[in-house]
Amino acid sequence: MTFGYGSTGGTAVSVLETDPREKVQVLAEDGSVVEGATVPDLSEETFVEMYRTMKLARHFDERAVSLQRQGRMGTYPPLSGQEGAQVGSAMALRDEDWIVPSYREHAASYVHGLTLEGTLRYWMGDERGNRLEDLNIFPVAVPIASQIPHAAGLGMAADYNDSDEVFMCYFGDGATSEGDFHEGLNFGGVFDTPTVFFCNNNQWAISVPREKQTAAETIAQKAVAYGMEGIQVDGMDPLAVYQVTSAAVERARSAEGEQLRPTLIEAVQYRYGAHTTADDPSVYREDDEVEKWKAKDPIPRLEAFLRDRGVLDDERVAELTDSIEEEVAEAIDTAEEYTRPTTESMFEHVYAGMPERLRQQQAYLDRLQSEHGDEELLE
Amino acid sequence: MSDTQNLTLVQAVRDGLKGELERDDDVVVFGEDVGKNGGVFRATQGLYEEFGEERVFDTPLAESGIVGTAVGMAAYGMKPVPEMQFSGFAYPGFDQIVSHAARLRTRSRSRFSVPMTLRMPYGGGIRAPEHHSESKEAFYAHEAGLKVVVPSTPHDTKGLLAAAIRDPDPVVFMEPKLIYRAFREEVPDESYTVELGEATTRREGDDVSLFTWGAMTRPSMAAAENLAGEIDVEVIDLRTLSPMDWDSIVESFKKTGRAVVVHEAPKSGGLGAEIATTIQEEALGYQRAPVQRVTGFDTPFPLYALEDYYMPEAARIEDGIREAVEF
Repeated sequence: MTFGYGSTGGTAVSVLETDPREKVQVLAEDGSVVEGATVPDLSEETFVEMYRTMKLARHFDERAVSLQRQGRMGTYPPLSGQEGAQVGSAMALRDEDWIVPSYREHAASYVHGLTLEGTLRYWMGDERGNRLEDLNIFPVAVPIASQIPHAAGLGMAADYNDSDEVFMCYFGDGATSEGDFHEGLNFGGVFDTPTVFFCNNNQWAISVPREKQTAAETIAQKAVAYGMEGIQVDGMDPLAVYQVTSAAVERARSAEGEQLRPTLIEAVQYRYGAHTTADDPSVYREDDEVEKWKAKDPIPRLEAFLRDRGVLDDERVAELTDSIEEEVAEAIDTAEEYTRPTTESMFEHVYAGMPERLRQQQAYLDRLQSEHGDEELLE
Repeated sequence: MSDTQNLTLVQAVRDGLKGELERDDDVVVFGEDVGKNGGVFRATQGLYEEFGEERVFDTPLAESGIVGTAVGMAAYGMKPVPEMQFSGFAYPGFDQIVSHAARLRTRSRSRFSVPMTLRMPYGGGIRAPEHHSESKEAFYAHEAGLKVVVPSTPHDTKGLLAAAIRDPDPVVFMEPKLIYRAFREEVPDESYTVELGEATTRREGDDVSLFTWGAMTRPSMAAAENLAGEIDVEVIDLRTLSPMDWDSIVESFKKTGRAVVVHEAPKSGGLGAEIATTIQEEALGYQRAPVQRVTGFDTPFPLYALEDYYMPEAARIEDGIREAVEF
């Protein structure tokens, strides 16, 4: 399901002029509205959808890690703790806008229309999970930061075609140390592309902490060097993320005059779990630190805000929880029902037309399969 | 009969780009110094003036950015033709080439493709500084999802470049800069293509098959002519290195039973090894001598005081041919 809000709900683009060393916040950790903050002008239904999607992402994440532990799925990168940044930012996009993800944006991609079983299938080792049909979501990019130049190039192409699509490029704090971060943002600035460069600063690049990635006070301030606005936001505050991202999307779509269209957003947040299921964070960080960040959890935070406004109560939360559990369970069932892709598909998507040598290699594998059977061949 | 112009190879590059820019609005040409300056080798001369900054533009000095943005543009449906100023400077873009340009079709189950033609001058013999002389076609030919093309004549250059730009998959188009201006050839004014994946026989012969490409075609032909009357050498210019025209290679070998592969890239792990192995797999019964490889050495490409020793010249190629024939 997609939201396709489009309008910024009255968000002033001027929020982007906040000093990139400050951090925009709307909700305090207890869910109350921070003094002077503007709550995005969204319908009750939309607030509930935002809450439900974050809660669904958390539950999905827990189930996915469990599937990996049971040997039902391969290595998986968890997102718990990062729901506010992903859901809040992706909800600021229109359907025709694009997500250019790294590999952890399961929740953002869900908001933009990717099914849960699509995500599951990809991490179950089936490339078909990455074929996103008519959704404007670029396939997962695993090499760190390498998708950032793609987002700039997509924006250049959209400009050339007089389209007003906006490209939301996600990456982590570690990615900001890569050359492709520099080259991508630099092209974004020089060619003034309709791009939102969205950094999910989750404090850890596997085991290397944020302060070892850069001596800069904030990541947001790096934007200055590319001639664009940079803004830091509390990434565990979904309303602040929505507000800031909506403003950046609006600017990307319709900046005029001297104003450059791209923005660098640094969403400050925390990865509760491991980098991937192959990682053990107890080796490099203390539990105390995790607990400290859990006090900022985006889900109870928005829940408290919505309960306070009378939008949520125990009954509604219980209903939502049931429907989330059902939706995730169904997605897992569907994903596990898929049979292995054909071996032919390994060969058929390399080139538009299959070269003779590939045809021979496919025939060779076919022969082995038919002579020995899969069971013997894969023993 | 259509009109022709007498062009050098680099002029044929320019003419090929011009033809495709005219033919398809989705074609854009960009890179370092390709705009007003017309390219450091003048391969894009006049295109900026003729087609404007939207179609022919300079970029920041950043090879990964150039290839990476080209991947994005191509996925969006454009036909980007980025330039790497020298192949020796392409490595910052290598990750984008192999991790993304080559893989996006597979990764998206063919929803996205990367119809990019990445031009890069390659090869030695031009008395240039370090990093300006390498031949690294094997890097690219090793990568599934890429096509690799190396022209050796002005006529082929224009036709292969047009075919590469129209191809739905990424093509690394390596231009032999040693012969950018070495000779001229009549090239039709109108657009035409030379099909990718097809070798051509530059010289027919019965005694030994010589397989080569790019700048090495000329000294190979010279060697064959020098030996004419004594040894009858068939010279096959492969033109496309991925996918390779195996049928033509094997067919020629079955006729002669002897083969020499000439490339200026280092010997070990070079494409000569792939050709020799395929000949053994496909035509062992015809083989009359070990396959000879006349190649660059397994050393870094030397500065130019020694480059003539490194590059296979006619005399070395003749020596390799004799080895194959006198076995």
